[in-house]
Amino acid sequence: MDEKLQPVVQSLQARFTLSVSEFRSEVNLQVDKQDLPRVAVALRDEFGFNMLVDITAVDYWPADAPRFHLVIHLLSLQTNRVLCLRVPVDAADPVCPTLDKIYPNATWYEREVWDMFGIRFEGSSDLRRIVLPADWEGHPLRKDYPLGYEEVQFTFNFDEISQRKTAPKK
Amino acid sequence: MSDFRDVRIEELSHLLSERSRTGETMLLNMGPQHPSTHGVLRLLLELDGEIVVNCVPDIGFLHTGVEKNMEAKTYQKAEVMVDRLDYLNPLGNNLVYCLAVEKLLELDVPPRAQVLRVILAELTRINSHLVWVGTSGLDLAAMSTFLYAMREREKILDIFEMCSGQRMMTTYIRPGGLWRDVPVEFEAAVRDFVRIMPKRIDEYESLLTKNFLFLERCKNIGVISAEECIQWGITGPVIRGAGIAYDLRKARPYSGYEHYEFDIPTYQGGDIYARYMVRMEEMRQSLRIIQQAMDTLPIGPVRSNNRKYVPPPRSEIGISMESLIHHFKLWTEGFTPPVGSVYAAIESPRGELGVFLESDGSPKPYRVHYRTPSFANLQIMPLLTRGHFVADVVGIIGSIDIVLGDADR
Repeated sequence: MDEKLQPVVQSLQARFTLSVSEFRSEVNLQVDKQDLPRVAVALRDEFGFNMLVDITAVDYWPADAPRFHLVIHLLSLQTNRVLCLRVPVDAADPVCPTLDKIYPNATWYEREVWDMFGIRFEGSSDLRRIVLPADWEGHPLRKDYPLGYEEVQFTFNFDEISQRKTAPKK
Repeated sequence: MSDFRDVRIEELSHLLSERSRTGETMLLNMGPQHPSTHGVLRLLLELDGEIVVNCVPDIGFLHTGVEKNMEAKTYQKAEVMVDRLDYLNPLGNNLVYCLAVEKLLELDVPPRAQVLRVILAELTRINSHLVWVGTSGLDLAAMSTFLYAMREREKILDIFEMCSGQRMMTTYIRPGGLWRDVPVEFEAAVRDFVRIMPKRIDEYESLLTKNFLFLERCKNIGVISAEECIQWGITGPVIRGAGIAYDLRKARPYSGYEHYEFDIPTYQGGDIYARYMVRMEEMRQSLRIIQQAMDTLPIGPVRSNNRKYVPPPRSEIGISMESLIHHFKLWTEGFTPPVGSVYAAIESPRGELGVFLESDGSPKPYRVHYRTPSFANLQIMPLLTRGHFVADVVGIIGSIDIVLGDADR
């Protein structure tokens, strides 16, 4: 492991229950969701991870405990190191504590995760859909949400497909 | 269309001030069809007379579900979609995707391809900054810069067309190298561009830098401090305009940027003018990099020789059975990377452009996420616009240089 990340990980391991993995020299810390705000505060205030780069999620459907992994990338401007936090979230209760009190820019990333994956963020100051319309149903980046497909109409099957199409909503 | 639900203003009350409810301040909708929002951005402005009290950005009008679509395509085919995100930085989008795939596969890139990638990425940066200086000058009533900037941009697009056959959606950088080698005319075209461009940048500067009307619209408007930039995860010219020399090309070099001599331009002030000065200087630094890269351009292959991941050259298919098999397997089935996730990032013209790529060992990416600078930087709009005139909102949008395709994905 990188010599600048080693002490950070060791110190966090002593205080929180987390599992550490490394892939292609990137360090991933798996954190329990109730520990997440405290881990983030420790990383920001003690170890200089002062910038939140990104929050996203991955859906492992049909697994349901945990179904999602929240993936958070933090950056330390002093050491130029990126740390990846992974937070397992269950399908039955897709809720996670918010980070927007610690990193204000978390709001939009969390809105996007809510919009796309349906993971709610407890205590978020502004949890609305962000890229989809407010009345959209479902969360498209979930693996059980179909990609959607429209048959291509050619001259030979034009009428046939038109008949099969549902009437537009009034 | 009666089953569309309207968003009531009460749902946004936590973002607006108390005074908006009593009618003391006015709510004004700006965009999405407004020429100065640089795409389809909608801003809900709360105004006290002419002064902005609050600003609520609304994005998503250009959402195309690229991330979802990429999950249904193989790694090579998914790359075509990424050009469409940030249409002013197509080669940068290709590059960051390829860097992520290469990191996942531990694939080496030949030196010639590395140098060509740098040249193309820097040309793309100049291309994007030219569009920026043109359009945001236009927003601030400096009409003629736009025409000059487009003239030079045309030369860059010609170079892209020469390499890839496409002016904008290039998909020229591929996992393991490039699609093909650059044509013989490439060197002369790039050298010619590098020769004329410094004078042209001086020309733009002579139109804008000391222009009194331009200064009036730029100085002390849309100010953000260095601390706020860090807090809000701002990258690119905006953070450099606030005095922090954070540039991924120096901080975490990729594609051999550590071999080139260049400076990171910074400027104090954090206002529109600071961002303008940073971008102008960045174009000069990009030219410096291109000059060095052209001088050190090695001769050799432009694609990795690893046939398990990179398709063989067309010429080999007719004479080698193995090449034919590899070609067939790679374009029908695709390759299978190991299970795991990686994050790769580059310095795009707008800031940190990152890709989070997760693989489950199948030929299709399990999850692709683009961490786009426009999305991240757009979030500070309320901070930047508060207390300024409506007319300045236009200048501020221009100064953070957003591309809505990049923000909405």
